[in-house]
Amino acid sequence: MAGIVGYGAYIPRNRIKSEEIARQWGKDPAVIRRGLLLEEKSVPGFDEDTITISVAAGRSAIERAGIDPTRIGALYIGSESHPYAVKPSGTVVAEALGTGPEIHIADFEFACKAGTEAMFVALGLVESERVEYAVGIGADTSQGAPDDALEFSASAGGAAFIFGRENLLVDVVDTYCYSTDTADFWRREGEFYPRHGGRFTGEPAYFKHVLSSARGMLEKSGLKPSDFRHAVFHMPNGKFPQAAGKTLGFTKEQIETGWLVPFMGNTYSGSSPTGLAAVLDIADPGDLILLTSFGSGAGSDSFVLKATDLLPERRDRAPTVQSMLQGPRRYLTYGEYVKYREKLIVND
Amino acid sequence: MREVAIVGAGMTRFGELWDSSLRDLFVEAASAALQSAGADHLDSIYVGNMAGGQFVGQEHIGPLCADHFGMAGVAATRVESACASGGAALRAAYLEVASGASDLVLAAGIEKMNDGADVTEVLATASDQETEVYHGITFPGLYAMIARAHMTAFGTTEEDMSWVSVKNHRHGAMNPNAQFRREVTVDEVMASSIVAEPLRLLHCSPVTDGGAAVLLCPLSEAKKYTDRPVKILGSGMATGTLALADRANPAVLDSVQLAAERACKEAGVGPGDIDVAEVHDCFSIAEICCIEAIGLVDRGQGGSAARSGMTALGGKVPINTSGGLKSKGHPVGTTGVAQAIEIFEQLRGDAGDRQVRDARTGLTQNMGGSGASSVVHIFERGF
Amino acid sequence: MPSPRYTREIPNRYRLEAARCKGCDKLVFPARRVCPGCRGTEFETTELSRSGKVVTSTVIHVPPTDFLREAPYAMAIVETPEGARLMAQVVDCDPSSVLPGMEVALEFRLLRREGLSGILCYGHKGVPVT
Repeated sequence: MAGIVGYGAYIPRNRIKSEEIARQWGKDPAVIRRGLLLEEKSVPGFDEDTITISVAAGRSAIERAGIDPTRIGALYIGSESHPYAVKPSGTVVAEALGTGPEIHIADFEFACKAGTEAMFVALGLVESERVEYAVGIGADTSQGAPDDALEFSASAGGAAFIFGRENLLVDVVDTYCYSTDTADFWRREGEFYPRHGGRFTGEPAYFKHVLSSARGMLEKSGLKPSDFRHAVFHMPNGKFPQAAGKTLGFTKEQIETGWLVPFMGNTYSGSSPTGLAAVLDIADPGDLILLTSFGSGAGSDSFVLKATDLLPERRDRAPTVQSMLQGPRRYLTYGEYVKYREKLIVND
Repeated sequence: MREVAIVGAGMTRFGELWDSSLRDLFVEAASAALQSAGADHLDSIYVGNMAGGQFVGQEHIGPLCADHFGMAGVAATRVESACASGGAALRAAYLEVASGASDLVLAAGIEKMNDGADVTEVLATASDQETEVYHGITFPGLYAMIARAHMTAFGTTEEDMSWVSVKNHRHGAMNPNAQFRREVTVDEVMASSIVAEPLRLLHCSPVTDGGAAVLLCPLSEAKKYTDRPVKILGSGMATGTLALADRANPAVLDSVQLAAERACKEAGVGPGDIDVAEVHDCFSIAEICCIEAIGLVDRGQGGSAARSGMTALGGKVPINTSGGLKSKGHPVGTTGVAQAIEIFEQLRGDAGDRQVRDARTGLTQNMGGSGASSVVHIFERGF
Repeated sequence: MPSPRYTREIPNRYRLEAARCKGCDKLVFPARRVCPGCRGTEFETTELSRSGKVVTSTVIHVPPTDFLREAPYAMAIVETPEGARLMAQVVDCDPSSVLPGMEVALEFRLLRREGLSGILCYGHKGVPVT
């Protein structure tokens, strides 16, 4: 049996409030807050990107795992904001973490699902015993176009999970994946901002895949919502994961801990992985956890996880998600936000 | 080794010289130097230049200068030690004459900084590319760190630094070749814009074009050229760590101390014998640290020297009567030679309103980077 | 920052790899071929702790072109617990608050971009410990 031997997360320290963005575009902040359930989101510094976030999360994961990084046989990063169009993020992160050079590296992309994708493949490689340890990371610094709904939610952050076969902090009980070709949200090569299909991103995209994946997972594992202590869903905004949870039969309490989006925003490939990290920060041994991601395009990966006795011992070795969400942070004006997110045209 | 004298000197005005190219600066300074001595040939040329390649895309500066001076064929070498290039060129010329290898050598310094290059980036190449520049440091940033270390260790204040600028501007106002010929007040200095905390614009030397040249020959032949030669008594050169992080104490300029000790040893004098000196005030804090390292004041006591008048014209040991780098200007590769010209004129009694009475023994101290190299020369009246 | 030069520096920039002289025990960062203490040439590789204390500092208001968008930013000489000193930016705080004595953690950050089409250069920056 394989599972998670170490985990870590990182959220940048800059924030911008929905209010500040709304004011810019003449929108009523109260409407935004009510409609999307978004208060504020994280903003990456000019010196932060998917690679730096992955290194921070990866370092925490290694601390918690307590393993020699050279024993990591594979490292995968899923993101839709890899810093290079061609040249892997994984190699930079691998060198920074002290892994390799005998290591398999690949970058993944599947909109917001790329993180759980990396985790799924890392898990499979360890289960097959082809490698001893494998890392799956989901991290993003996605862009939202000015005066678009996504500008309120697109944020930055990520989480890393090291999979192994011994000294597990979390057992992976089962997995279920569901994908179809559904063009609800995309970005063409060379374009700066993504595009989306408005209301088409709801029912036919997010809900169809999240619900099918979660239901498929429950059926395959023979479990009911009430068997779980926690459930984490992909969080494009505050409302969607709440609605999905409710439809499936989960309570607000079950979803609460992983529901980070109102103060973190949507960290895309980092979204449900960071939600999972927040759950692991407080889960009790024996707790069953459902993780269901969503990536536009579209697909959803589900995992049934179980916290072990070892988890409480190791989690204090690195910062918790709440310590980063509530810790030292700086609120930006829209002008500073635009400067950091390179939405300003400057002379090169 | 033979005794060596300076018998002629010439320099351009310092400032934004839009009509002069790099080669023009050499020709103007060299012509004036040879003319002042009535010389018509040279055995060899040393040219100090920090960054001709980066400022104007020109390397191979030795032949450039000889050729455009109408002396293609004469041995000519470019010497580089960042902002100490001029001093290093002077030292090379001195040693060539002292050794007997040549009898008439020109030591020049030239720098063309205003032809459109990114000056901040070019000057940063005097620091450590891999460990300092990579992280975003600038030249003023390095001296700002030195200033803060000095303030923390010795209680030096921003006002102390400002008095250095005030003093040097007062001197420079009397120098027809200076870039800035107006006085400034302490309040003006303290209100100028911040460059790198705690250094403000008026704590920093400007961006300058300029050329300077001095003519050297054996002392025994000096009367061929002038009846008032100035002897070079001693020359000392030393290096320090390139990166500020590797310096034992960021507030102490080891290379300056070593170079001064070596020059004094050769000259047979001590810091107390110096009547007038040109010291490398690329930033006001540098003058404070340099006079400590040279031994003109005790370690940590440099802060009050300008404020108290000790280093002003009329004081115990006037420093930077030319206006220093701050007011006269700092064409980086040129400065070391221009410093020698000021002392040459002081010891000959030719300094006009800036004259230090009875100046017999003078010192120049030139420095590169954040203190990674320093060249010190000691001069004496040779008549 | 041409690639070969960047690639050679990865061990010290990404992992804070330093060298300890076998002759005189001096810690050298980044690693060198000749020990500045005893001129020895045999070293042991070691990694610095990702933390330190500010020795001296400044805030850059007039930056080099590459750092235009980040100005003003704090820079410091940081001393690690092992006694190595390094130059780094200090970020995620009010730059004027970065003063001698401040404790910092060293975090992996994007240090510079080579314009729009060149490579991305990574390294470490200080972040105040609270």
